[in-house]
Amino acid sequence: MRRTLLALTLLAAMFGTPGSAAAATLKATLISPENDPRLERTRVERAYLGHPGGPAAEGVQLALDEGGFELEAAGAAVALASATARSVESARAAAQAAEKGGAALILTDLPADWTLAVADAVKLPVLNLGAPEDSLRQQDCRPRLYHLLPSERMRADAIAQTLVSRKWNKLLMLVGPGAQDQQRAATAQASIKRYGLQVVGSKPFKLSTDPRERDLANPLLLTAGTAYDAVWVVDSDGEFARGLPYRTVLPRPVVGDAGLVALAWHSQFERYGAPQVSRRFFKAAKRPMTDRDWAAWMAGKTLLALASASPKGTNAAWAQVLPKTSVDGSKGVNLSFRAWDGQLRQTMLLTDGQGVIAQAPIEGLLHPSDVLDTLGADAPEKLCKAAR
Amino acid sequence: MRKPICFFALTLWLASAWAQGTVYVSSEKDDALTMIDLATLAIKGTVPTCKRGRHLQLTPDRKLMLACSDSGVADVIDPATAKSLRRIPLGDDPEAFDLSPDGKTIYVSSEDDAAAVFIDAASGKKLKEVKVGQEPEGVKVSADGKLLYVTSEVASMVHVIDTASGKVVKNIKVGKRPRRMAITPDGKELWVTCELDSGLTIVSTADHSVLATLKFEVKGARAQDITPVGIQMSADGARAFVALGRANHVAFVDVAARKVTNLVLVGKRAWNVALDKSEKRLFVVNGLSDDLTVVDVPGAKAIKTVPVGRVPYGVVVVE
Repeated sequence: MRRTLLALTLLAAMFGTPGSAAAATLKATLISPENDPRLERTRVERAYLGHPGGPAAEGVQLALDEGGFELEAAGAAVALASATARSVESARAAAQAAEKGGAALILTDLPADWTLAVADAVKLPVLNLGAPEDSLRQQDCRPRLYHLLPSERMRADAIAQTLVSRKWNKLLMLVGPGAQDQQRAATAQASIKRYGLQVVGSKPFKLSTDPRERDLANPLLLTAGTAYDAVWVVDSDGEFARGLPYRTVLPRPVVGDAGLVALAWHSQFERYGAPQVSRRFFKAAKRPMTDRDWAAWMAGKTLLALASASPKGTNAAWAQVLPKTSVDGSKGVNLSFRAWDGQLRQTMLLTDGQGVIAQAPIEGLLHPSDVLDTLGADAPEKLCKAAR
Repeated sequence: MRKPICFFALTLWLASAWAQGTVYVSSEKDDALTMIDLATLAIKGTVPTCKRGRHLQLTPDRKLMLACSDSGVADVIDPATAKSLRRIPLGDDPEAFDLSPDGKTIYVSSEDDAAAVFIDAASGKKLKEVKVGQEPEGVKVSADGKLLYVTSEVASMVHVIDTASGKVVKNIKVGKRPRRMAITPDGKELWVTCELDSGLTIVSTADHSVLATLKFEVKGARAQDITPVGIQMSADGARAFVALGRANHVAFVDVAARKVTNLVLVGKRAWNVALDKSEKRLFVVNGLSDDLTVVDVPGAKAIKTVPVGRVPYGVVVVE
């Protein structure tokens, strides 16, 4: 394990020493995978929707850089350190080292099982920026684990709602070969059922040009034989899905992992001050802001909110304020954490990669307390048993 | 059948008796102002202008000044001729602005640079740039011109800037995503709309302390859907009119009591408001329904909706 502790970014320094001498520095450590395979150049260049476009640190840092005035006025300071992990063990060790070093929070951009290991290794709140798996919000949820990135189910619910609003009820599902695809397909099926849509066929696909496997690989053959209103493709890898729109037998839209995709953010979102955020990110990171970057940025904003709410700290006080903290994510509403699973409730954006086509929750949908809770696991389902 | 027509004619006559003038509406996606006749409430025409026009207001010498975010200029338009007189460079991505009482200095919020920029109106030269919190929005000058108030949407603050020195003298923490401001005519209170706090923060101009917060409530709307932005006060300072954004209402507020007296249903995402001189009519631009709602103030009722440009933003009444 190689740990790179970045120089502490003392933001208050930019604006002179804060007036209050009692101000404490909120320390946080971001743990990311070493030699992150998601960030290999060729993968990042593809720019599949919903995949990372660069390191999470860039989003977190942007939020902290923006927070100078807020911190100064509160007499607060935030210091972000970063560490890398090459295995689940080293992720755990990095978290424990951060805890020993006085960190108040751990930020993770790690696979689901590593995230879980980190949450179990420390007594600190953990902000999950990179793992969308529902298991972390349900059977494997933890009392101090918070999620900035929307869950798979929130994404599926957002698509299902949009299909309902369009009255595209009959769906053909095409599902990839990976274990993750099977799991995500089950999530999609649940959303489809929840919103009263109908699956008229579900087929596995395979990336191949082998003529003996054409039934599995050829979009025309895969989409023939049934009538449907839309094709829902589940492809965690992204390559097959990218080639699917406009190659279906029937002239029908593709949704899921290509065509229309539900994400936390898209850099072309035009409302609620979003263009300014995307522009600032582009200036700082020299690349468009993805949904992952938004989640990282929100983690930074959460740190700011905690530090300025209780500038005198202590780590315990910050941990206590966190579940009640609400953060402005430039999506038009104040966003807060769900009490039952620590998920940040939020508006979802439906994008074709060029612009934002729709938002979810769709208009007219009702919910007894907060319409944002129509996306993802809701309180009465009691899917997270951990007491928070 | 005849009666309603007579009644209609009478109202029209009454309307024209009190209202000689034009309502100007800026819209972000048309590069034009829409002109509405104050008497008939019909569209008279449009004035071509700079790109992505947003904040619109009258200069002390009764000219229209429009800040255009994409062109980075202010267009100065003569309401008498509906022609542009000149354009003043405002820098990158200007959003809202205010003018010094003598009209010589323009104070503009530059969203991209996170700065309040002072511009000499005559020469268009940049005089000063004051760094403020991210996404500065509302800009308001005190009546004596000595202090400048700028909101930062990201820092959730009002920055108080001394116009002579260009120094930030105070950062006031207000509600989430502060947008616009109004100063009571007696100069004692600064009212700040806070979009993500479903309310207002009321600040004392004497010591810049927060005096009170006011939360709006609309039957059938949840707090997160009440997103106040535009605000105007009556000339006597007795009432404030606040556009409640996605709650699709305007609120009439009793300023002294700090209480909402009326709520009027208008269009989608009510954004900015303007009163006519008689204060009998309130004009509300609706950002998500591309229209303007005319509200009868004494009756507290919407009386007409006029379609205007795409994504309407600012509104000014010239009489």
